[in-house]
Amino acid sequence: MKTLSLGLALAMVTALLGPPSQAADVADAGREARWQEVSKYIFGDRKIEPTDSLIKIEAPSRALDAALVPITLRMPGKDRIKGVYLVIDENPSPFAAHFSFGPAADPSQVKLRVRINSYTNVHAIAETGDGQLFEAVAFVKASGGCSAPMGVSDEEAMNGMGEMRMKFAGGAGESLAATLMIRHPNFNGMQMNQITRTYTPARYINRITVSYGDNDVVSIDGDISVSSDPVFGFSFLPEGAGPVRVIASDTAGGHWEQTFNLPALSN
Amino acid sequence: MPAPAAKGVVDVPPVLASRRGVVLGGACLCCLPLFGRSAGAFTLTEVGPGIFIRRGLHEEATPENNDGIANIGFVVGRDAVLVTESGGSLADGQWLRAEIRKRTDKPIRHVVLTHVHPDHCFGAAAFVEDRANFIGHRTLRGALDARGDYYRERLVEVLGADKAGSTVYPTQDVKDEAEIDLGDRILRFTAHGAAHTLCDLSMLDTRTGLLFPADLLFVGRIPSLDGSLLGWLQEADKLKALRAARAVPGHGPAVVDFAPAMAALTRYLSTLRDETRKAVADGVPIEKAAATVAMSERGRWALFDDYNGRNVTEAYKELEWE
Repeated sequence: MKTLSLGLALAMVTALLGPPSQAADVADAGREARWQEVSKYIFGDRKIEPTDSLIKIEAPSRALDAALVPITLRMPGKDRIKGVYLVIDENPSPFAAHFSFGPAADPSQVKLRVRINSYTNVHAIAETGDGQLFEAVAFVKASGGCSAPMGVSDEEAMNGMGEMRMKFAGGAGESLAATLMIRHPNFNGMQMNQITRTYTPARYINRITVSYGDNDVVSIDGDISVSSDPVFGFSFLPEGAGPVRVIASDTAGGHWEQTFNLPALSN
Repeated sequence: MPAPAAKGVVDVPPVLASRRGVVLGGACLCCLPLFGRSAGAFTLTEVGPGIFIRRGLHEEATPENNDGIANIGFVVGRDAVLVTESGGSLADGQWLRAEIRKRTDKPIRHVVLTHVHPDHCFGAAAFVEDRANFIGHRTLRGALDARGDYYRERLVEVLGADKAGSTVYPTQDVKDEAEIDLGDRILRFTAHGAAHTLCDLSMLDTRTGLLFPADLLFVGRIPSLDGSLLGWLQEADKLKALRAARAVPGHGPAVVDFAPAMAALTRYLSTLRDETRKAVADGVPIEKAAATVAMSERGRWALFDDYNGRNVTEAYKELEWE
């Protein structure tokens, strides 16, 4: 049974208070302070350098659906990257996801879909092989993404949980671009159940590991900012025999495994 | 005021510049600044015997228009009045109530809450004093619980606390069908499956055969998807089977020839479905599909650029698991 997540609202324009430049300065200072607070919470005292080359964010400037904002992270200098983080500064739980790349990964891009609750900076942080952190930022206008209710009962929303699909497309050179889809409501604890009229307790996919044959491709740590029915994109180098094996687990002890064979090569 | 669309010709107002303003409920705002109209410019059209409709303005919700942007109105029967849509705010509903009282003293016994979007149901507060029966889809209550406060906050920002209105819950839930008898005419209600929203209620005046699909029918303004695309196409088929000659759409002219208007709507929805399916099958990412799907429809609907991308996003999410 399909879940129909209702995007609560489109992005809103908020009225400017006072002359534009003043309001912008105040807003910027507030956002910078928030980033300092959030990044310290997530990364501790580690230094994070801005970059415009190591990692780039593709995000809509205004979300079409705040509960489903597609984000692409591109890492052109892929060989240096061992992991990437996505942080949505103003969200109730800003840490959205962490991708950790294994030896079979092609860490040149990842895709995910997130919930965004209010106008916010979105930070992407790349971690290089030597443990240094570099960040890029994009501003996204969205509101209500975290409170957007599922349109159906909790039971219906959990129907078919853990079912997975994978699609593959030729990537750059020999790498394959994979899209992993997992059925899961990713309840974030802030959504009112329209039937019971109480808040549905949080229950979300928090860990996914992907391997190809004996090699790790990527593991993903996710949090409540990831949209329901998560869809992740990543690339990998299919050396040797497969299959692709995915293991997913959620915060309530749910555990699912599925293997996928690569599409047959045409001759 | 533009002349009503003749013979089912779809009325497409020209698209003007920016629409950015308060968008309430992801749908159902005609954010087209076609006229700088104030609520004083509203007029009622008698579209059938005892049936009066106010065409919604092609505007965003503004302090001047009281969010009067949907087609609202009333039906006068022998014994009582039924309100077909209550309005976009308390102020809008109060305007409608005053218009009713200019024409009749009959008790306002019923108010239809066609779905959860605020431009259709936030006028209901104006009819609480009539102790009216508020009739809605069985899932409307839950939808109002989830969104009512949010809608009120947004309306307060635009209109102020005095004019915004508050959530009014249905007193009669329609599971599948219901009938209301006004003495000399029976109104028949249908609770639809997921379509425009998850709580769409349509109505048929059995005396005249006039159909009130509410927002299952948009004319001229781009439909907005906030429920199920496949479901909406199914419900459209059911409505078509009623063979109504004329209908009062949720947005657009006060009354239209039903068949061509519905055909235009389903053409858009079918295009959305087919091209989104193709995008999914071709591995086109959702954000790219939002920019490319249904472009052939672009010149045919007001506010296309503001809503089509979101419609595609919703459709993609619905269809990618097929």
